[in-house]
Amino acid sequence: MNLFDIIGPVMIGPSSSHTAGAARIGRVTRMLLGEEVKKAEILFHGSFAKTWEGHGADRAVIGGLLGLAVADERMRMSRELAAEKGMEYTIAPTNLRDAHPNTVIITATGMTGKQVKVQAASVGGGSIFVQYLNDMEVGFSGERTTLIIQHRDTPGAIAQVSQMLAWAQMNIATMRVFREDKGGRAVMALELDSVPEDKLLMSLRSMDAFANVTLLTKL
Amino acid sequence: MDHSVKSLLQESDGNIVKAARDWQLQNDIHAKSAEELDAYMHEVLGVMRDSTVKGMRSDLRSVSGLTGGNAYKLMTAVEAGKTAGGSLLGRIAARALGVAEYNAAMGRIVAAPTAGACGILPAVLITLQEEYGYTDDQLVDALYVAGAFGLVIATRASISGAQGGCQAECGSAAAMAAAAIVYLKGGSAEQSADACSFALMNLMGLVCDPVKGLVEVPCVFRNVGAISVALTAADMALSGIVCPIPCDEVIDAMRQVGDAMPSSLRETGEGGCAGCPSMCR
Ligand code: SF4
Repeated sequence: MNLFDIIGPVMIGPSSSHTAGAARIGRVTRMLLGEEVKKAEILFHGSFAKTWEGHGADRAVIGGLLGLAVADERMRMSRELAAEKGMEYTIAPTNLRDAHPNTVIITATGMTGKQVKVQAASVGGGSIFVQYLNDMEVGFSGERTTLIIQHRDTPGAIAQVSQMLAWAQMNIATMRVFREDKGGRAVMALELDSVPEDKLLMSLRSMDAFANVTLLTKL
Repeated sequence: MDHSVKSLLQESDGNIVKAARDWQLQNDIHAKSAEELDAYMHEVLGVMRDSTVKGMRSDLRSVSGLTGGNAYKLMTAVEAGKTAGGSLLGRIAARALGVAEYNAAMGRIVAAPTAGACGILPAVLITLQEEYGYTDDQLVDALYVAGAFGLVIATRASISGAQGGCQAECGSAAAMAAAAIVYLKGGSAEQSADACSFALMNLMGLVCDPVKGLVEVPCVFRNVGAISVALTAADMALSGIVCPIPCDEVIDAMRQVGDAMPSSLRETGEGGCAGCPSMCR
């Protein structure tokens, strides 16, 4: 905790965990999709399911999916904004087992038909934690610049990434690897000390082993 | 300086603003220079000021419709001389209510220390500026003072209603504001600490009981009560009254009270105001 967690953050009310956190989850989903959202199915669990209307969690998630910054004043008008932009959405409560009390599941479909499914929790003070990505258990917060690489579990994949980052003189702060089973789907989450250049992202994306490379800039 | 008021007073050698700035430079990996920190604080102050204006609209309504427009009512009554507490108190009260209602209406605010208690510091600072002509730089310095005390409270106790009840949110904000008022009025660092203690004492035991789980009732009205506590706590300290209990001990007591609170009174929306029959329908 530091001084600016006490005097701050600047946020859209009314609740850091129900509104700011919800906006962040929408935003991270939009980034993971990597393109404009055409359609979204939003499921609220736990205390979100009880209070999403009063806390404006629906408007916050929608605003995030539209790419609004967490402190953007247009957040309260996001449903109208979605209508303008032609983004469709459905919202419903759900009941999950063993999930954090403030959990959202979003299935987002992009303009090109690409789809992503994110399960994330708002863990307090506006911070979030992504628990599942496309039904695979992961765990990252997006609090720092994070590189998310979805790939097939093959020998050398991790070495390749760290090699390329080293060439670009990028320092890896933390790295976590998740996989379904041996040789199956896998996800790498790398927190970086600086923001990688487009060139590096492009060369990572050109690798056959990596199905999807996303950069989460500070939310 | 983050874990005790005692060390804050010792290390700062009377200059809490400098101590807070230096502490942030050492502990925040993103903080590059004192100028950058000050620039951020000015930005924060700007958002605070803006929220005191926008919260005053007569047609403001929260998403749930439970609150909104009350700050306008209060300010109008204060200006017409219809209230009992006088102009300064009335204006601070109206602005505290306004910012809290603006938060409930999905407005842009500064969590200080939380969104639920966001009305207290802006209302106090902006109205004291209006009354006594302080510069923005002075208000920014007062924010550092408030932040330093808030940080100790957050470290030793809590600033979360779910953890420590509303004493941790509105109580902490009142204590931070009291310390800041003393600073602006030219009191000493020790007097700021006394003001912090007096405010915490007065709000100790306050439960967190949001109706329907929403940050509205009683939250927005509590921001108003908290400013009167902040003001009177600061006035006691400024007059030279010394708090008999050291500030750190008051903070520790607040933590123990928070730990002893049943979960129905810690943001679960069950007990207290939330449990009132007409609010459960
Ligand atoms: S009652 Fe609870 S939710 Fe409302 S301001 Fe106080 S601590 Fe926050």
